[in-house]
Amino acid sequence: MKFKTFAAFVGPSVFMMLLFIAAPLVSVFIQSFQVTQPILEQVEVETCTPGFLTQTCTTEIKTVPVLDDNGKTLTETRWVGLQSYQNVLQMDKFWEAVGNGSWNQIMQIDFWKALRFTLSFTLLTLPLVIGVGLAIALAVNNATRSIRGPIIFISLLPFIITPVIGSLSIYWLFVGDGILTAMLERWTGTNISMFAQAWTIELLMYFYRVWHVAPFAFVIFYAGLQTVNMDTLESAVIDGASRWERLRHVIIPHLMPLIIFIALIHLMDCYRVFEEIVGFRSQAHVISLQWLTYDFMTPDDAGNRAISRASASAMLTMIGIVFLLILPLRRTWRDHKGSAH
Amino acid sequence: MSTSKAMQQSFALRFSSGAFLAFWCLLAAFPIFWIAVMSFKSPVDAFADSPWDVIFGPATRANGDGLSVIDIVVGLIVLFFAIRWAFTKLPDLVRQYCPPGLIVLGWIVGALVYAIVFVLIFFGLLPLILGALNGLFGPLGAPVLGLTTEHYVAVWAENEFYRNFLNSMLVTAGVVTVSLTVGTLAGYGLARSGSDLAFWLLILALVFRALPHSVLVAGYLPVFINSSEILRPILGEGAPTLYGQPWAVIAVLVAINQPFTIWMLRSFFQNIPAELDEAARVDGCSHFQAFRRVIMPVMWPGVITTGLFSFLLGYNDFLVTSLLLDAQNQTMVPAIAGYFNRETTTTDQVEAVAAAVSITAPLFLLVMVFQRQIVSGLTAGAVKG
Repeated sequence: MKFKTFAAFVGPSVFMMLLFIAAPLVSVFIQSFQVTQPILEQVEVETCTPGFLTQTCTTEIKTVPVLDDNGKTLTETRWVGLQSYQNVLQMDKFWEAVGNGSWNQIMQIDFWKALRFTLSFTLLTLPLVIGVGLAIALAVNNATRSIRGPIIFISLLPFIITPVIGSLSIYWLFVGDGILTAMLERWTGTNISMFAQAWTIELLMYFYRVWHVAPFAFVIFYAGLQTVNMDTLESAVIDGASRWERLRHVIIPHLMPLIIFIALIHLMDCYRVFEEIVGFRSQAHVISLQWLTYDFMTPDDAGNRAISRASASAMLTMIGIVFLLILPLRRTWRDHKGSAH
Repeated sequence: MSTSKAMQQSFALRFSSGAFLAFWCLLAAFPIFWIAVMSFKSPVDAFADSPWDVIFGPATRANGDGLSVIDIVVGLIVLFFAIRWAFTKLPDLVRQYCPPGLIVLGWIVGALVYAIVFVLIFFGLLPLILGALNGLFGPLGAPVLGLTTEHYVAVWAENEFYRNFLNSMLVTAGVVTVSLTVGTLAGYGLARSGSDLAFWLLILALVFRALPHSVLVAGYLPVFINSSEILRPILGEGAPTLYGQPWAVIAVLVAINQPFTIWMLRSFFQNIPAELDEAARVDGCSHFQAFRRVIMPVMWPGVITTGLFSFLLGYNDFLVTSLLLDAQNQTMVPAIAGYFNRETTTTDQVEAVAAAVSITAPLFLLVMVFQRQIVSGLTAGAVKG
């Protein structure tokens, strides 16, 4: 294929990606060093109130925003260097907390709180998703052919449901004296409220994410299991391998590329955990990095959006992505070079 | 799989694997099933702490809303035949009355007509007949299962949820059409070109796939809000404010979806033998003609599968639509957040549940109809590695 034809085919897609993904990245990078604020000026205002004999007049200096001809506030954009990053990271408080050796104090700062949750969320759900997905795939592979279709149908439901709705549906089971909370209370005999402290919310979030993603792992593992070499498996049996050894030494190595694929996709998706925070309404207790950026961007009570802080937190989130992708990309690069020569 | 004797499994293993599977199915379906049940009950029942109260709904029944044994039996029979008819007779009818070129359009029209007739019969005709029957049969006609549709009426009619529904449809349809058009071309180009450039584009797409969406929205937001001032020098006075425009959101979602789309379509195109278009090229077609005449007729399975995933992205999105659309043209998923932000009474909560079920229902149908395509789409990218 000539370059010109290739460009004609790929052009529109590349154009959209550059315009809507690469360009915003650059602009976020620039914004994170800038602050846009209304220009303020100080005006001397004399206010007089009627009084006995004479008026009582007071002059005070007020700070008011400068308006342009149309009555809109004028804004100015200033370069502030790393100021926004400092506002997000709050390094002074962080070092002070480290100096005190106080973990709780670090967790008071939004960014570090969000980072802690995002990382533990990503790393804890990963083995669970792969394990549960593999278990379901093996069990379905064991089942009679006729019931596999309906089982796949039911399994796809948690995967396909809107994430916000999915987490809400679990939230409603537990909220207040929802049926599951009531059941737990009957068992344990204590009063439980699932949404009053961070760790119970986090448990529910882990559960939700595994529930939501395990079907995806299951479908892929199930497809992989269909291509396991039966001869190898039978020779393993003849060699006296137990069921567990066959799983360990024949099936899992066969599925290894798929496990890596799922792990990569899962890491990418988990790192941007967001919908759970909305669905479980956990912003007071548990927040994630993406939610932090989102929160800066939503207008506050005065209608202002903290764009520069959002940009700074977005750029900090990006650093994590770089770490996440560095290993797989290096591997792909080596494979590519290997295949070229 | 014919099991040889050596591969046969002990009863205990078979039993535990079956039990695990049953447990998983219960776990997978239960939350969704449960919100569907809750949405039909009065608030007292929906948030009752005993599961039996939620299912049978005594408070709902006390309000006079309920189903009798006859209602349930007749309703289930009608439902069974309606579903069977949809899977046996409907495809033939569509094929018979539809001009051969427009089979997709035919299916859309067929499905719409079917849905309207179904709603008319099930919610219009059936209650009338059953009302009369219940009167005749006495004790059998007394309500046993509390059930009310008032929350759905409240959500769809009073709170004008249909507006959000239409916005969702607009955004989703736009995302699917545009991202498939753009993505098919790119996927084909990438599959047929073995150049380094193609490789780097795919890697770049992979990196873009990993970006959190909030990072991108942080880039759009200031530009979109001020776009009329930024664009005025170029477009003159009519420069639009992009903030709150559905088509701007469509463009954004299409771009976010592109990396995934081109990866998936590329793997589908690689499965179509390259000899096919080479033969067309030998016969004197240009690349575009070969694409149009030879590849387009055989690419539909891959395109439909990819389209399903684009649909899911557009339909399920919360972050982009909630930040870039204003209240007038909000889509369904962010709109539901509005319910629980203002929730003060339990009625509001049950209405939110009803809205959630309304959002889930189309997805449920989607899995029902396209299960095979979804599974093949999930495995397409992965199994070939």
